[in-house]
Amino acid sequence: MAETKPSVWKKITSNRLFLPVVCLLVVLLINVIRTPAFFQISIRNGVLYGYIVDVVNRASELVILAVGMTLVTAASGGQDISVGAVMAVAAAVCCQILSGGKVTTNAFQNPLLLAIVAALAASALCGAFNGFLVARLKIQPMVATLILFTAGRGIAQLVTQGQITYVRVGTYQVIGGYIASCPIPTPIFIAIGTALLVYLVLNKTALGLSIESVGINGSASRLVGLNSTMIQFLTYVLCGLLAGVAGIVASSRIYSADANNIGLNLEMDAILAVALGGNFLGGGKFSLMGSVIGAFTIQALTTTLYAMNVSGDQLPVYKAIAVVIIVTLQSPVFQEFLKARKVRRRRTAEGGSCG
Amino acid sequence: MKQRRKEKRTFNGNTFLLIITIGLFLAMYIAGMVVFSDKGFGKPQMFLNLLISNAGLIVIGCGLTIVMVTGGIDISVGSVIALVCMVMADLMENKGVSPYAAVLAALLIGLAFGVVQGFLISYLNIQPFIVTLAGMFFGRGLTAVVSKEMISIKNGLFQSWAKCRIYMPFGSYSNKGKFHPAYIYPTVVIALAVLILIIVMMKYSKFGRQLYAIGGNQQSALMMGLNVKRTKFLAYVLDGFLAGLGSFLFCLNSLAGFVEQAKGFEMDAISASVIGGTLLTGGVGTPIGTFFGALIKGTISSLITTQGTLSSWWVRIALSVLLCFFIVLQSVFAAMKRKKHS
Repeated sequence: MAETKPSVWKKITSNRLFLPVVCLLVVLLINVIRTPAFFQISIRNGVLYGYIVDVVNRASELVILAVGMTLVTAASGGQDISVGAVMAVAAAVCCQILSGGKVTTNAFQNPLLLAIVAALAASALCGAFNGFLVARLKIQPMVATLILFTAGRGIAQLVTQGQITYVRVGTYQVIGGYIASCPIPTPIFIAIGTALLVYLVLNKTALGLSIESVGINGSASRLVGLNSTMIQFLTYVLCGLLAGVAGIVASSRIYSADANNIGLNLEMDAILAVALGGNFLGGGKFSLMGSVIGAFTIQALTTTLYAMNVSGDQLPVYKAIAVVIIVTLQSPVFQEFLKARKVRRRRTAEGGSCG
Repeated sequence: MKQRRKEKRTFNGNTFLLIITIGLFLAMYIAGMVVFSDKGFGKPQMFLNLLISNAGLIVIGCGLTIVMVTGGIDISVGSVIALVCMVMADLMENKGVSPYAAVLAALLIGLAFGVVQGFLISYLNIQPFIVTLAGMFFGRGLTAVVSKEMISIKNGLFQSWAKCRIYMPFGSYSNKGKFHPAYIYPTVVIALAVLILIIVMMKYSKFGRQLYAIGGNQQSALMMGLNVKRTKFLAYVLDGFLAGLGSFLFCLNSLAGFVEQAKGFEMDAISASVIGGTLLTGGVGTPIGTFFGALIKGTISSLITTQGTLSSWWVRIALSVLLCFFIVLQSVFAAMKRKKHS
């Protein structure tokens, strides 16, 4: 009996999803204590209403970004910090096509499908640019994506000619709002759909394994016959594409393209979600599920901080501290230190019992 | 004998990059003089203005060159500028602190960033990018915590520092034949002094040579008996200090603190360094190259502002394109070198 108990406990704690789930539970617990009505869900005006619905709804873009970021991290051992700017580019392209070049419009000037396809193409192109620099020219991922991180919003400004383009059409707001009389917000469907699709593709094909193997050892994978350059390139294109999806959702929420504010600071959240999900930021093995849980945790945290009257531009302080703590805990040096301490403590304990 | 020739050849490759940079700067500047000769681009003051408006960039670029030579990077510098300017403005305007104490605070903030980031990077072995990305968001967020409104600096002594003109023995004649001597601000003197100090340090001091050794090959530097961790740590501390000093110079120029200040500045500093021939992989790079990189950035922005109709976004886009070009050039050179060695 005494033998099995610690092993079950160990099994639970050594699970990869243990830490992410615990983090999420802690944040949720704090919320429940602060606002007892946190988990209450009611129906108002035919749609679901409540804190928890709001958190899940607002987390949608982050979930989509985190999925892309996980793949990039796993394959190249670096992060794509241009995702926020790519979101702005996609939103700008989409709204600009819909409004036909005008600042504001009350009717679609071009078909919605064309706009979405063009926006996704533009974001995939951004991803391809990053991928080319990283996979082909072997530039460190974060330096390569730094280029679009700073230039991306400039490009978005050029697309919208420096203005905020408004698309005041009901159909466009469906993406970020509600489908007809369905009580669940559309972004939740999009986020879950995207995550499921990527999960299935990675697990039903060899792509998932290939990405992990490239991340663990690129040159060994190449020698085994994997096209590691191509695989890295593909993860960046996919990451760009997913950023585009997130950008369209974000722009539909505010039915406009605001080049300066769409996706602002989201790259940090996405990296944080990946790290919180138990993924090692140096690449290799990954868990999509972990990143998704991480994304929900971050959003819950953001909502909590907002509820505590922390303003939007002060949020990064707390998130930066969280990132530093997580990467410190993950760092091999720190873990070795912990291990050494544990061994030392056990030794002193044994010595004590002997004497 | 053969070994020596090889060494000379790699040296030539890097000198070649520096020559390209200087050539590019001269070409751009002369093109500007020809195209905008009627707008005063040919006057000596125009060149000194380049130095005046980029004094902060030169100092911070030197700091970045130091960490990039060790193979690291620092993208928190833009936020450090915003934070330092905001804290200085807040201290002087709202708290009534003397400008001397405010400058001390600026240097301490930079130093604190350097110490914390350097510790995490060198002793805990965390990727420099993640650490300084966190630093970047932390600094920007903290700026908003200090104040969300813009604070202009009206302190008399501070203003007199900012507006103290140092006249040069040369100058230009106005249309009426009146002689206008060219001038610089004290910021330029500080920036150039720092530049010269860093050049000497990188080239002749033990610490400077250790930086190159670590960037070239960390493993062999360790085996040679260098204290890699401590050297890396000191590199980040120095970089942080220079970021603090550069922010002070930047503040003398802008005379205000606000949250959005110097957004994307890290990109300018990294571009200046890379355009000046610093390799992103570490081991190669000179402060003098960074100086010319900063001048190129300054020339691009003054060309675009003189032209008048293009939006200021074009500066950043042009700089990104140039950065891209130089990165590609570097990887081509690296590939050529690898081929020669094999």
